Amino acid sequence: MNSSTFPRGAIRIRNGNLSFGADATGTDVLQNISLDVLPGEFVAILGPSGCGKSTLLGAIAGFARLTRGEIFVDLKLVQKPDADRGIVFQDHNLFPWKTVISNVEFGMKMRGVIKAERRAIAKEILARIGLSEFWRHYPCELSGGMQQRVNLARVLVNQPEVLLMDEPFGALDAQTRLQMQEMLLGLWGEYRMTVVFVTHDVDEAIFLSDRVLIMSKRPGRITAEIPVSLGRPRTLELSTSPDFQRVKRECLEYVRPDSNRSAAAQNMERTSVGILGKEILESLDLSHS
Amino acid sequence: MSAQPIAVNKAREADARIKRRPRGSGGLFRLVHRGVALAVFIGLWQLACQAKLHLLINFGNVPGPIAVAGAFIGFVQSPDAARHIGSSLIRIFSGFAVGAILAVPIGIWVARSRAVEDTLLTPLEILRPIPAVAWIPLSILMFTTAEQSMIYICFIGAFYPILLSTIHGVKGIDRRLLNAAQSLGAGRWEIFWEVILPGAFPSIVTGLSIGMGTCWFSLITAEMMAGQFGIGYLTWESYTLQNYPQIVVGMVLIGLLGMLSSLLIKKLGSMLMPWTRRGGSTV
Repeated sequence: MNSSTFPRGAIRIRNGNLSFGADATGTDVLQNISLDVLPGEFVAILGPSGCGKSTLLGAIAGFARLTRGEIFVDLKLVQKPDADRGIVFQDHNLFPWKTVISNVEFGMKMRGVIKAERRAIAKEILARIGLSEFWRHYPCELSGGMQQRVNLARVLVNQPEVLLMDEPFGALDAQTRLQMQEMLLGLWGEYRMTVVFVTHDVDEAIFLSDRVLIMSKRPGRITAEIPVSLGRPRTLELSTSPDFQRVKRECLEYVRPDSNRSAAAQNMERTSVGILGKEILESLDLSHS
Repeated sequence: MSAQPIAVNKAREADARIKRRPRGSGGLFRLVHRGVALAVFIGLWQLACQAKLHLLINFGNVPGPIAVAGAFIGFVQSPDAARHIGSSLIRIFSGFAVGAILAVPIGIWVARSRAVEDTLLTPLEILRPIPAVAWIPLSILMFTTAEQSMIYICFIGAFYPILLSTIHGVKGIDRRLLNAAQSLGAGRWEIFWEVILPGAFPSIVTGLSIGMGTCWFSLITAEMMAGQFGIGYLTWESYTLQNYPQIVVGMVLIGLLGMLSSLLIKKLGSMLMPWTRRGGSTV
């Protein structure tokens, strides 16, 4: 799809820090984040709720400025949001006052594409995601899964170099979520953009990505990096394979308590990473702590 | 382009949850219900007047619905009717229009800029608790004609509800929608037109509708004190002339015109907001 011959969408973060409030008293949300994402790579960021992973994504998108350190996308310093970096949130993404097709056309409208042309392109991508018949509906008339598909279409129609996803399937039921994951992989195969996918679901992170980055709870730091050397295309059967389980075990090892066991145990009660990591927690002897 | 990974099942799509408001035969029944209730209310009123009921309220002095209906027909046929209604409508719409034209932009501005909020909101909040009626003496001094001062009173009545609803609406816009728009390439101006205005619109319409109500409220008091012609003037004049049924004619006219003008705003608003009509969440 992308006519450029250079692979684009490389992300580089060096010593990124972000704190809210005044420097002296401010609480660190992100601490010493260094990160390289290759063009066209699919990276998942896994971490408990409130660890700052959404803030990190927002910083890459350009909504929040790092307090220290810099973010580059294709060697350009990120200073403000741009259509090169599309973002998908968990919910409340679509403009409720615009029909499905007008939502999809939004980016093209901003670029000054004439109406007839953008309508044709939008219809094409709606057909691609299987929502042709719903083009005149308003978002509130669609199910959550359909809304997220429209949202993906709206971002992809801009052909972004980087797709940032903030727990995009977190509000969907299990079945719809699996469908959406497969669909996302299909679209990624076509568009070949770089994807940074934030989630707290270990299975989702592994199923989708080339690499899982694990973030600690606040202040958010990247504590581990686990390559996912599973073949593609990936299908649902993969998630029960021994290879998948091996990667999952490795992820869960890092999700478990790092320095202070009781603090980590507390954290686990609150987060779904914790729920998934419960077996690991139970295998540790916590009775003496 | 491989179409293989679309795990979209058409059959599943068909029974996708399309939320629509259930609309059954209840509509007609409720309409009849409301009509009967109104008839019963008017009937009780007539009975109370005929019996000259004196229970706290002295119904002996209250004109009954039949007398009021007679006076209403007489009023409508009189040459002054158009003049009275016309003067009130002109005042209402002038005051309301000025109120809306000022309150909506100021509200958006206050909500979007901290500097503007800090500059304007404090004086506005101090002036806000002053009821429109309390402005009447000063407004007579402030303006050269009674007409202008009455329009000013209407403006005061309309301004605050519209202002506050606009501020509320703009501040209530979901951060994610603004962020999404930025990431889709929208600039400041586009965000204003495409996100802030439509996002705050339902709240603005609610403000306009409430503002229309307070505008009538303010007008009537102004006309009673300073007017010549107008429905408020008519109502008060009827009292001084001891034409009691006509007092109620004035009151009914105020009620009807107030209701109709608020309804008009709601209708116009919902015409401009198809997304709130179809989805089931109504304003």
